[in-house]
Amino acid sequence: MASVDTATGGGRGRALLSTSTAVARFVGMVLATLLGLVAVTFVIGRVVPIDPVLAVVGDRASPSVYARVREEMGLHLPLWQQFFIYLGDVLKGDFGRSVLTTKPVVEDIARFFPATIELATLGTLIGTIFGVPLGVLAAVKRGSLIDQVVRVIGLVGYSAPIFWLGLLALLLFYAKLGWAAGPGRLDVVYEYQLKAVTNMVLVDSLLQGNMAVFRNAVSHIVLPAGILGYFSLAYISRMTRSFMLNELAQEYVTTARVKGLSERRVIWRHALRNAAVPLITVIALSYANLLEGSVLTETVFAWPGLGRYITNSLQNADMNAVLGGTLVIGAAFVALNLFSDLLYRLFDPRTRKR
Amino acid sequence: MKHFRSLALAAALFAAAVPGAKAETPDDTLVIAWQFDDIISLDPAEVFEFSSAEMIGNSYERLIGYDLENVSDMFGVVAESWDVSEDGKTITFKIREGKKFASGNDLTAEDVVFSLQRAVKLDLSPAFILGQFGLTKENVEEKIQQTGDYELTFEMDQAYAPTFVLYCMTATVASVVDKALVMEHEQDGDLGHEWMKTNYAGSGPYAIVNWSANQAVVLERNDNYSEPAPLARVIYQHVPEGSTQRLLLEQGDVDIARNLSPEDLASVASRDDIKVESNVKGAVYYLGLNQKNENLAKPEVRQALKYLVDYEAIADTIMKDRVKVHQAFLPEGFLGAVNETPFALDVDKAKELLAEAGLADGFSVTMDTRNTPDITGMAEAIQQTFAQGGVDLEIIPGDGKQTLTKYRARQHDIYIGRWGPDYQDPHTNADTFAANPDNSDDASAKPLAWRNAWDIPELTEKTQSAVLESDPDARAEIYEELQRTVMDEGPFVIMFQEIENAAMRTKVENFVLGPSFDSNSFAQTSKN
Repeated sequence: MASVDTATGGGRGRALLSTSTAVARFVGMVLATLLGLVAVTFVIGRVVPIDPVLAVVGDRASPSVYARVREEMGLHLPLWQQFFIYLGDVLKGDFGRSVLTTKPVVEDIARFFPATIELATLGTLIGTIFGVPLGVLAAVKRGSLIDQVVRVIGLVGYSAPIFWLGLLALLLFYAKLGWAAGPGRLDVVYEYQLKAVTNMVLVDSLLQGNMAVFRNAVSHIVLPAGILGYFSLAYISRMTRSFMLNELAQEYVTTARVKGLSERRVIWRHALRNAAVPLITVIALSYANLLEGSVLTETVFAWPGLGRYITNSLQNADMNAVLGGTLVIGAAFVALNLFSDLLYRLFDPRTRKR
Repeated sequence: MKHFRSLALAAALFAAAVPGAKAETPDDTLVIAWQFDDIISLDPAEVFEFSSAEMIGNSYERLIGYDLENVSDMFGVVAESWDVSEDGKTITFKIREGKKFASGNDLTAEDVVFSLQRAVKLDLSPAFILGQFGLTKENVEEKIQQTGDYELTFEMDQAYAPTFVLYCMTATVASVVDKALVMEHEQDGDLGHEWMKTNYAGSGPYAIVNWSANQAVVLERNDNYSEPAPLARVIYQHVPEGSTQRLLLEQGDVDIARNLSPEDLASVASRDDIKVESNVKGAVYYLGLNQKNENLAKPEVRQALKYLVDYEAIADTIMKDRVKVHQAFLPEGFLGAVNETPFALDVDKAKELLAEAGLADGFSVTMDTRNTPDITGMAEAIQQTFAQGGVDLEIIPGDGKQTLTKYRARQHDIYIGRWGPDYQDPHTNADTFAANPDNSDDASAKPLAWRNAWDIPELTEKTQSAVLESDPDARAEIYEELQRTVMDEGPFVIMFQEIENAAMRTKVENFVLGPSFDSNSFAQTSKN
């Protein structure tokens, strides 16, 4: 018995060691990625032909004001020096101040990112809940009417400009039918009833037990989340369909059928479980996409999210805000990748052996 | 079919969570949908943006005001009266007694002196408006002095035209702030600037209570104001898209929409429950012709290009209801403004002029163009008419700040721009269109004439003489001459004056669009 214990103990030790090397390697990679991201964004931000001083003082300031602000912003220093000053500040957790909002960038992100997370999460949820079954269905009934319909839905979601869909949805569900509330996160009446805790209106209103605000928030988020959900549904259902087709053609499926398993079990337990592995990456990617790429939806629905914050800041050469926002989204990307990696391990035993 | 059932269930659950959503705005609240992501501060000493200027205009008071219908009629607001000394260099202001700030503090000469000194000492973007009277950080305490509880003197380095001084006192930078409140929040000698960026210390009809950037600005009635406002609250909602604003307005979720396109305006105007109001604004649209370009430097070419713009067509189509044709650098309504429009599209005349300049075969030139729909639309129309005269215009699109950066560095050929006056006095535009004290690349002052490398020592002198002319009529005459000279010879193809529109629910009354952004007023707006 003792010898067995040692053996397993040693094995666990080795596994632990390899896990910790893996973790160390991973952390190193994350840091390198983020550093690279900061460096690239910083350089791009400085070489774009936009004068950042203009964002602070405007077009009308006197030359003396202009010169003073330029110096205050450290723009007279060489580029590398500016970069290290910025990097030092970031390491101290100081992302600087946004010119446009006059608030520290950290505070801005804490306000704008939750709005985006709320929208993107709901969108991805809708996309997954509807997209996966539709994709499976299309694959199982390949060539049937259902398959054609799913493919057309996917094609439209994939190719129609999202802001156009957004406007149409507003016109139909808000203006004509009155089923959903209009742009913005809340009606004005409710806007100032809520204390900001997480800055996610749905969560905050639930936490504070304010059901009127919650209902209003739902009626506001349903359209933009539906649009984003449709967008990710299109992608997810298409990918699910092709993964499933791939799996259904495998021999183990035939084996399972020959064994006499019910068709439902074959499809949902065997084939989908194997298709789920690459699907996780697809869903994570689509989520990440919604986190950074819903600028147009945010614009149409007057949604104060991070995508619009970054775009707006970029157009105004508000570089601290752009850098801070980009870093946060970069970090979110890395985190989602890590998360889908972990899920991979859970679903695919082969990855655990390595 | 089980999955179908679960799908349907999920859809039903989601739909059930959504109540029928249609809310009118509350009766005591005015909700304005506007694009206002340009705000960078709420400190009157710093505010220089259109949207924040409007908010400051409604929440602070200034020494002097003017009649919105007739700008040349000025009256005291915080000032009860004023006297100009014999040498013309000192103005004594008497302050109206009995005014209170929203905080409850009394408004006295001490606050006024503090506010003006503060703006000069902080030396932020709009500070030059006061600085042009010879005030500097160093001398301002000596030049602006309190001489009684309700009296102060304002001393200048030269005997400037009183109209000039008084108009400058109507600018937002001259707003009166609550000294006691501001100084409570002073840190490291910043005269409360950090705090004032996001807070309020004024005495106007409304008090600013909240600003969340890119989201909303909330103002509440100031009960200490002499004529309390009819409404309890005004909320600006940031809505970036014009078509979204239109939907909100039609549904009654907002009372006023400020950024509708001409098509949207036309279609909402036909509804019974919506009306559209408009007023001419001070901003002018123009082309800046860089004199560093050897073709554009020829006087005949400058003239020819002025005949190659179809002013009427643009004002009637793509910019319908948004602009009117205006060709002088002073906008209509200003002292001495010239309202004649001598130029119209005349291809033959333009070709003649180009031939005189030795360019009978035309020439190629670029134009830096901000990529907004209105500017781009105008640029494309101009491109077509230029081509008729043989001028090959290449449009270089760019983001606003990007094209502006290039323009400010004089690296453009032609720049299509918009210029709004900084204050209501004619000097504001004369000083930029008709003055260029130093045309060298490293000049300290860089007015529009400099940006287009137009070297005009004589005109500059004349512009500078106009601010010292105390007789208003004689002063107006100088400005008329200046405008005609610039119109005729200048490197500016001045085309249009802006018109601002606001579409509102018919129940909104007394929302006033003034001649400038800081004079747009909802002080007496009501809803019935």
